[in-house]
Amino acid sequence: MTQAQRQQSMAAADWRKDFPILNQSVNGQPLVYLDSAASAQQPASVIDAVARYQREDHANVHRGVHTLSHRATDAYEGARDKIREFINAANRTEIVLTSGTTESINLVAQSFCRPRIGSGDKILITHLEHHANIVPWQLVCEQTGAELIVAPIDDHGQLELEALRSMMTNDVFLLAIGHVSNALGTVNPIKEIIAHARQCGIPVLVDGAQGVPHMPIDVQDLDCDFYAFSGHKMFGPTGTGVLYGRETLLDAMPPYQGGGDMILEVSFEATIYNELPYKFEAGTPNISGVIGLGAAIDYLQSAGMQRIAVYESDLHEYMLLQLGRVDDIRLIGTAANKASVQSFLLGDIHSHDLGTILDHQGVAIRTGHHCAMPLMTRFGISGTARASLAFYNNTDDVDRLVAALEKARQVFK
Amino acid sequence: MNGHAAVTDDVLDLYRELILDHARSPRHFGRLANATHMAQGINPLCGDKLCVYLSIDDTEHIDAISFEGSGCAISVASASLLTDTVIGLSVDKAETVFSAVTKRLAKGGVDEPNDLGIDLERPFAKLRALDGVREFPSRVKCATLAWHALHSALHQDAQPATTE
Repeated sequence: MTQAQRQQSMAAADWRKDFPILNQSVNGQPLVYLDSAASAQQPASVIDAVARYQREDHANVHRGVHTLSHRATDAYEGARDKIREFINAANRTEIVLTSGTTESINLVAQSFCRPRIGSGDKILITHLEHHANIVPWQLVCEQTGAELIVAPIDDHGQLELEALRSMMTNDVFLLAIGHVSNALGTVNPIKEIIAHARQCGIPVLVDGAQGVPHMPIDVQDLDCDFYAFSGHKMFGPTGTGVLYGRETLLDAMPPYQGGGDMILEVSFEATIYNELPYKFEAGTPNISGVIGLGAAIDYLQSAGMQRIAVYESDLHEYMLLQLGRVDDIRLIGTAANKASVQSFLLGDIHSHDLGTILDHQGVAIRTGHHCAMPLMTRFGISGTARASLAFYNNTDDVDRLVAALEKARQVFK
Repeated sequence: MNGHAAVTDDVLDLYRELILDHARSPRHFGRLANATHMAQGINPLCGDKLCVYLSIDDTEHIDAISFEGSGCAISVASASLLTDTVIGLSVDKAETVFSAVTKRLAKGGVDEPNDLGIDLERPFAKLRALDGVREFPSRVKCATLAWHALHSALHQDAQPATTE
């Protein structure tokens, strides 16, 4: 082991200690959590920030003149500033807080697309997408008569870039594309794709749910129009999410939902909407969750996203090496550029059976279609087993996965 | 770490030989040409899909049965055992078996005296092979999928059965 590798693995050991949930036994075995792509675990600092807020500061935001409301508002808006800095948005007005990636995408479908599209227009997505980046577009197409078109992928699970580019025609109103595939881990060359879309005059929404946890994100450098992501995939609480939107676009969009907080003045004749980003934040928000998300960002900033990316890349390489040694394994998703996510099949064992056998050895993986049924159909399968690594995982976790797979082979021999 | 992760008895009980045998070589597998009744079962959690076909004769007996589809070992084995069990039964008796099996599997490991209206000794003894699933709450739906489809087929429900 080189000096650099030793430092990396020591850093990982320190990171792991920060996640109290990992220190437990499941079914008599130390827990190996390999399902972070479904939901990532939270460091103690996030859990504590949420608890402290609930114990000491809770009140409604943007309303009260009393001290607790000020504290709650400061903490909540402070988290928005942290998010802005984390993804390098130009302005805090461009950070819309939502319940998650799904709501962020639905917001764009209904507020950006629906009022402006009709029959003859197209929404372009890819074959890699999660259902959350398919169904909102199907809905808006049904509502408006627009057409949903799908860019193809190759057998490695990589976008066919030439085909994608050729589909960026004049009648495409929006390109909605995942940054990283949740099911396969493919990292799309998103910056080049956005640059081409921009040349064609097509706005781009990036589903960044699986991008943000693994690498530094700079929305200005990417030059995307919308970037959607979720708190719970990036070590924060569930029920929190973000829609980054270019200010000029957000400004021109009608509100998504009506209610409190999104208004300046209401009469029964007319309502004046609040300024950005509050125009899109109707109702009392998930205050404690957003404060937790702010704490998660503090944690990631101090760990360093670049360091995390390097560590995960090494660990992913180790996982590929070890999985490759398992007899009868078929890796699904073999793109050249991947996040630390690997889907696979083992012999003729159904992924659901594999998940149960692994769970009984303390190893938590995701099984099934990963909310990407068209993608599974593309590979002619009903589902896969998926191991997804975060920076709190280590080579022991990978070894335990491989040992558990060997046991599964014995049960099904 | 290698070698430490023992497969527990529960798992071996779940995937006992009879289950693996039926999963690998399902009985009455395929489409039934002269079906009078059919229904689909869908498990939205994992996307498993099974279709149960019945031929019900003039005396309200199931004179032929088959199933097709794809699923995990538990759902396929359960469907296969189902076909072995209910073929030849009257519609009423098949309904009774459906209720008994689904209730029994939902019991969560409680081995209650058999008061469910059928004798799980012969000719239903094989169904005990499914009991292992009671230790795995997330898998009970796999084991009951085909049974819900059977129930729908007997009633000729227009909607696919789900385990929800």
